[in-house]
Amino acid sequence: MLIRRRDLLTSTALYLVLSASAGARIVSGALPWKPDAGSPPVPAQPGSWQFFTPEEGTAVEAIVDRLIPPDPQTPGGKDAGCALFIDRQLAGPYGSSRGLYMRPPFMDGTPQQGKQSPLTPAARYRQALAALDKYCRAAYVGKSFAELADGQKDKVLTELEKGPITFEGSSATAFFELVLTNTREGFFADPVYGGNRDMVGWKMIGFPGARYDYRDWIERHNERYPLPPVGIAGRPEWTSR
Amino acid sequence: MARKLPATDVVIIGLGWTGSILAHELTGAGLNVVAIERGPWRDTATDFPTTYAQDELRYHIRHDLFLRPAQQTLTFRNNANQTALPIRTWGSFMPPNGVGGGGVHWNAETWRFLPSDFQLKTHLTRRYGQKFLPQDMTIQDWGVTYDELEPYYDKFEYLCGTSGKAGNIKGEKQPGGNPFEGARARDYPTPPQKQPYGPTLFADAAKELGYNPFPQPSGNLSQAYTNPFGVRLGPCTFCGFCEWFGCGNYSKASPQTTILPALVRRPNFKARTECEVTRINLDKSGKRTTGVTYVDSSGEEWEQPAEIVLLCAFQLFNVHLLLLSGIGKPYDPSRGEGVIGRNYSYQVTSSVNAFFDDKNFNPFVASGAIGMCVDEFNGDNFDHAELGFVGGGYLGAVQTNGRPILGTITPKGTPKWGAAWKEAVTKNYLSSYTASTHGSCYSYRDAYLDLDPTYTDPLGRKLMRLTFDFHQNELKMSEFLTDRLGDIVQKMGPRQLEKNPRKGPYDVSVYQTTHTCGGAIMGTDPKISALNRYLQHWDVPNLFVTGATAFPQNAGYNPTGTVGALAFWAADAIINQYLKAPGPLVKS
Repeated sequence: MLIRRRDLLTSTALYLVLSASAGARIVSGALPWKPDAGSPPVPAQPGSWQFFTPEEGTAVEAIVDRLIPPDPQTPGGKDAGCALFIDRQLAGPYGSSRGLYMRPPFMDGTPQQGKQSPLTPAARYRQALAALDKYCRAAYVGKSFAELADGQKDKVLTELEKGPITFEGSSATAFFELVLTNTREGFFADPVYGGNRDMVGWKMIGFPGARYDYRDWIERHNERYPLPPVGIAGRPEWTSR
Repeated sequence: MARKLPATDVVIIGLGWTGSILAHELTGAGLNVVAIERGPWRDTATDFPTTYAQDELRYHIRHDLFLRPAQQTLTFRNNANQTALPIRTWGSFMPPNGVGGGGVHWNAETWRFLPSDFQLKTHLTRRYGQKFLPQDMTIQDWGVTYDELEPYYDKFEYLCGTSGKAGNIKGEKQPGGNPFEGARARDYPTPPQKQPYGPTLFADAAKELGYNPFPQPSGNLSQAYTNPFGVRLGPCTFCGFCEWFGCGNYSKASPQTTILPALVRRPNFKARTECEVTRINLDKSGKRTTGVTYVDSSGEEWEQPAEIVLLCAFQLFNVHLLLLSGIGKPYDPSRGEGVIGRNYSYQVTSSVNAFFDDKNFNPFVASGAIGMCVDEFNGDNFDHAELGFVGGGYLGAVQTNGRPILGTITPKGTPKWGAAWKEAVTKNYLSSYTASTHGSCYSYRDAYLDLDPTYTDPLGRKLMRLTFDFHQNELKMSEFLTDRLGDIVQKMGPRQLEKNPRKGPYDVSVYQTTHTCGGAIMGTDPKISALNRYLQHWDVPNLFVTGATAFPQNAGYNPTGTVGALAFWAADAIINQYLKAPGPLVKS
């Protein structure tokens, strides 16, 4: 098969985008090992929104705090940093579906064929949050989602999840599934990504986090593991002054 | 125009398990070997160090170590009446990428298939009669027997340092091992892993029911081990980040931890990484490959001439490259003719979730292949005459992980969010347990691979199209296996138990296993198989195709042990037969 020059240029650009390494190379004679050549995660920094507008950020904080509400033992999604987590994810490669197959034609298929939408997660949030705001202001006398009472918020979320609320141009149900998935990710992912603040999600269930050695515990049957969790970046008290 | 490189003796496409094994064996026989790998070079210290390998979001949820669908994917439909659509993000299976291939991120469950699995069609028709099998089932014998493969299974296990307990040494049953396994020449190289609480309870329950539980054979090692190539592995620390992750401890068997450190020192070996083979070239006769054409990451096209071509990519992409290169007759399901794309099969898994009041399983104290299994209901270890299906699988409590994003289960009926969800997750995380069945998937006339008419990759090549659904035989089997598993788990004393037998239609968006099989299968008849018993292409004798691509159907076990054994078996045939008299090793 002859490969056209134009296709090659496109594919080259793709390789460069997808690959963090230097590209094609020859390995011979010895393992090509270099110190400090890895790619540790880049910690999410606190601070202002990178993807959301202030209004969008407020709405998402309100959503995640109903999906995972606070209780006396464990903070809710908002204080756990789930909205910050989602913001940083949407600003990064995940938000733009980088690495996924996004070539047309986009056609609806069966559920067994998987998601077929041309919408990236970032585009879906942008469209759905605007539609949600429009819906709430129409249905609840000018109030945004964040301004609703908890019971009203839960009603709106339930109607997104199961109907009858629909959005123009994008699926309300698909947005609900996406934000629920991302909220759980934010609650349970390593704190280095901005959610699971102070490892509250891990403490809640008893997951010890990024530990790497349980050899002394493998045969301690039916006993609660005693040590608190650690993250990839350690524990806050190790680094706070 | 491709630039031509100096010729080499052997070119290997894909440097995963089978490519590494064949490169090691053939460089050892004095041949010059060039391996061409689409993905990057990967090593433990650089790519999955213990300081950040344990990252569920990055590696499991965002698929950091896997092939990117933007680079290559396939299309899927359940049956030929549907329009296939692209798999835009991976779901049911996870194609690997980079040096080490699937060996980097597997769970390391290291099984042998049963002797009867290799002569499946002969065995089942002899025992139950020809009419017992569904008419559209296309199972075949492999053309190789268990006894022939045994020394090569042994080689793979001693390469990996596999931890386990033999059940049958030279025909003598061994207490504590799998009584159903084929005879092995010697025990596993290292003893079984220690068992956590859940598998221990499971084994007690299985014994009460009269079964013979035994430790899951594991490529995550129970102790340090130096393999015959002089490469040393460390003991597993039960970190619970195995499948989807690279191992930072050098304790999971992979090409990185067993072969590559020895292989790269050989002056007659060279690897070219981030170079994608775009076709296997044939001479004018169409009976001989002259090497491969590939594109490097800067877009340059190269030709690598070679005397022997070994196609060692992931199962799916072996078939894709054969179709794109026009090698072998593509399978036509309407006529049941042709061989490339024929007999695609998969794996039929299911689970039982159990919720306890008085137990703490510490699910995070885990390893990809730590657990206790029973084999009473695998293959043809039990009488199928009254059951209305063939096939089977192992039942196991294999404690692979307690990772919280995807690893928290709640009883059916629990809301998916809100205070009730939060409470249920908190209550059940430490005290729930999931056991599983790992069932066979036999092959059928309507399950196949061909080229898609619509969708293309970034190089303008047609994507491959997968047409597949589960058949009644497999769904019945899954229901039966799940019920037997439920019997055992019930004896563990849960307050609540939920059985999840596999249901159709097959869903390509939900993770099941990466055990895709077939498409260029080995066999005894070139009309219905692409490869002979040595994995040699029937039409192009200087081309060999490795991996689960060659499985005529899949057995009720994880495939990698058999994939590794077949690689050593093919290497032996190339060195001791083919090199002495290049040409077909079996008369067609």
